[in-house]
Amino acid sequence: MIEVSDLSKHFGSKTVVNKLSFTVKQGEVLGFLGPNGAGKSTTMRMVTGFISPSKGDAKICGVSVIDHPKHAKRHIGYLPESAPLYNDMTVHDFLKFCAAMRGLHGKAGSSAISEAIETCFLGNVSHQSIGTLSKGYRHRTCLAQALLHDPDVLILDEPTDGLDPNQKHEVRQLIKRLGQSKAILFSTHILEEVDAACSRALIIDQGNIVADGTPEELRQQSGTNSLHDLFRKLTTKETD
Amino acid sequence: MFTIFKRELKSYFTQPTAYAVICIFLFMSLFLTFTLGNFIKTGDANLEWSFFFWHPWIYMLLAPALGMRLWSDEQRSGTIELLGTFPTTIWSAILAKYLAAAVVWGIALALTYPMVLAVNTLGDPDNLTIFSGYIGSFLICCTFLAITCLISAFTSDQVTCLIISCSICVLLVVIGFDHVARALAQSFSESTTDAIVSTAVLDHYRPLLRGAVRIQDLVYFFSIIMACLLSTSAILNAKRA
Repeated sequence: MIEVSDLSKHFGSKTVVNKLSFTVKQGEVLGFLGPNGAGKSTTMRMVTGFISPSKGDAKICGVSVIDHPKHAKRHIGYLPESAPLYNDMTVHDFLKFCAAMRGLHGKAGSSAISEAIETCFLGNVSHQSIGTLSKGYRHRTCLAQALLHDPDVLILDEPTDGLDPNQKHEVRQLIKRLGQSKAILFSTHILEEVDAACSRALIIDQGNIVADGTPEELRQQSGTNSLHDLFRKLTTKETD
Repeated sequence: MFTIFKRELKSYFTQPTAYAVICIFLFMSLFLTFTLGNFIKTGDANLEWSFFFWHPWIYMLLAPALGMRLWSDEQRSGTIELLGTFPTTIWSAILAKYLAAAVVWGIALALTYPMVLAVNTLGDPDNLTIFSGYIGSFLICCTFLAITCLISAFTSDQVTCLIISCSICVLLVVIGFDHVARALAQSFSESTTDAIVSTAVLDHYRPLLRGAVRIQDLVYFFSIIMACLLSTSAILNAKRA
């Protein structure tokens, strides 16, 4: 479903992502872990086709994001890190716009919007202006737009960022549920989410993969049965 | 493209921006027509000197006010990332947003129709000349909008976009004046001065006010518009490269 091969990104002389290769199959939830500035968001932006890689390629359901971006993007639901939204629209109007951008009009669009609103618990705020929403609702609205077209692939950049513990739990449960039929790649630096939602995890540091395995394998690799210890051992700290 | 166009157009009218720009344009254009334009005394039924003459002066400040949010806002709020991951091309988005802004200005121009009714009641105008004047006015506005669209792609700060766009639009208007051309001639060679002065907007606008729809004037306006929109696409793609 997601095939990333030798994906690299340089900004001037700085290498932000260095020859990343990984795959995510249908029914797999891959957690993308790493410290701030490791290259997680940049990698996701390349995989979704928002920015062009310096080298390498990403294929979504066998379609290259570089050669056939429009076709590849049809299979992707993307939640950007900052959960960007149009503040002047209501939740329903925004989802209607996103549905139309995905080719969902009329009854199909209405049905998709209703389902996304229900899945993301937006019923209470569907006719409220986005500019007046709390951070949690804004995040869920942006998540809802990623689910509208029932994509085969979900790419979620820090989907639980800024949510309260209840909301975090709901989103993790949702990811786990959706992960049974889709290929999901989500980034986080909250290690508890690896056990809560992931079937596999990658740790990246300074643009390189430093660990790859199931949560159990990674804990064994740490030597102390702790993901935190493995994370601290393998990643660069700001005090280094 | 139509989805983005609809969203943009609706967005202009759910915020005060469009209403403010339209009201100010209507007020300024009609105020200038009846005061400095001396509409009643001049008796200019074709509206060339009393009405249309003032439009470039109003557009050079107001058109950037409407266009400054075109791409600056998307970059500042991060919604450009959403647009960039929808199954659509950046060119469709550029065209849709630009056309939405142009439609708002079209509405503003259309709302000056009482002037046409007035001259038809008071005098005997050549309505085709007036129509040609409206085309010229709309083309100038679209040109200034396209320039603003390009500048907005460079920056996420709307104020910076406004200032730079206004400066460029003011320059394009004032270089059409003789004393500016004479001042340029003192610093540059004759051929360079001619080249600079030929880019002046007014030289291509005045024939349209007289009812002369010349190919070279249409080419001038459409060239600038297309160059700016294509450059906008290049800038936005370069930022993502």
